[in-house]
Amino acid sequence: MDNTIQMVSIFAAAMAVSFGAVAPALGEGRAVASAMDAIARQPDSAGTVSRTLFVGLAMIETMAIYALVIALLLLFANPFVK
Amino acid sequence: MNHSPLETTALFHIGPVAITGPVIVTWAIMAFVVLFAVAVTRRLSLLPSKAQTVLELFVGAIDEQIRGTMQVEPGPYRALIGTIFIFILLANWSSLIPGVEAPTAHLETDAAFGAIVFCATIFYGVRTRGLSGYLATFTEPTWVMIPLNIVEQITRIFSLIVRLFGNVMSGVFIGAIVLSLAGLFVPIPFMALDVMTGAIQAYIFTVLAMVFIGSAVAEQRQESSTTPNRK
Repeated sequence: MDNTIQMVSIFAAAMAVSFGAVAPALGEGRAVASAMDAIARQPDSAGTVSRTLFVGLAMIETMAIYALVIALLLLFANPFVK
Repeated sequence: MNHSPLETTALFHIGPVAITGPVIVTWAIMAFVVLFAVAVTRRLSLLPSKAQTVLELFVGAIDEQIRGTMQVEPGPYRALIGTIFIFILLANWSSLIPGVEAPTAHLETDAAFGAIVFCATIFYGVRTRGLSGYLATFTEPTWVMIPLNIVEQITRIFSLIVRLFGNVMSGVFIGAIVLSLAGLFVPIPFMALDVMTGAIQAYIFTVLAMVFIGSAVAEQRQESSTTPNRK
């Protein structure tokens, strides 16, 4: 079992992305639902709401991207793998 | 898929300095922006030409954003904020040119931007409030918060760097994976998404830089707003 660290790293990378995507997905769902609600109530403000929504979504999505960066660090720049 | 997104390979060497792909793209974008600006602003007139009108519209939009986000007159910040936005936007979109990889998809370019924002925050903070005044902001609300405030200064810059890097790099990465799975035209929707992500990330980076600098110069604003005749 020479490559235990590699195996654990790949498993950890998969876990990081899969669980790291859960919370941002829930958050984005809530954000989009609220934006839909706001647009339904006030269709005039659709432009402002969707512009703010896109920026907010990109901010939330960044949390998942952080998990992805950690996963790629584990896969490609693992400090414990020579 | 052996190509790591975290490493860059040197294309050639000038003396001891290794020149990588992102460096060349960065300098090309810089040359493009500078030459474009020089070419357009060489013959400024009161009755503007088409290019000058577009440029004035753009500068006006940047001014409006600075005014809205930082609540200050945009004069001293226009050059830095505008350059950051235009450069990151062009860098993110440069991956649309075949064979060019976006320099922001490599950590070094983003780290350089983060360092610039970090230094600019300190510079504008010290210039607006003086050294002791700027250091005094670390004791807000109480002196107990000093370590937390110092850590916050650093971690927010790190999150700024990793945000830009992760978003652009993941776009490049997903494009490569999809291209290796399916043929010629399948990655095009992903590239379209990439264009939108690139624009939004350039905007977010700029807005956050504005917020950081704005928070460093914020107290001055409250003082000046209490004086009635200053705007």
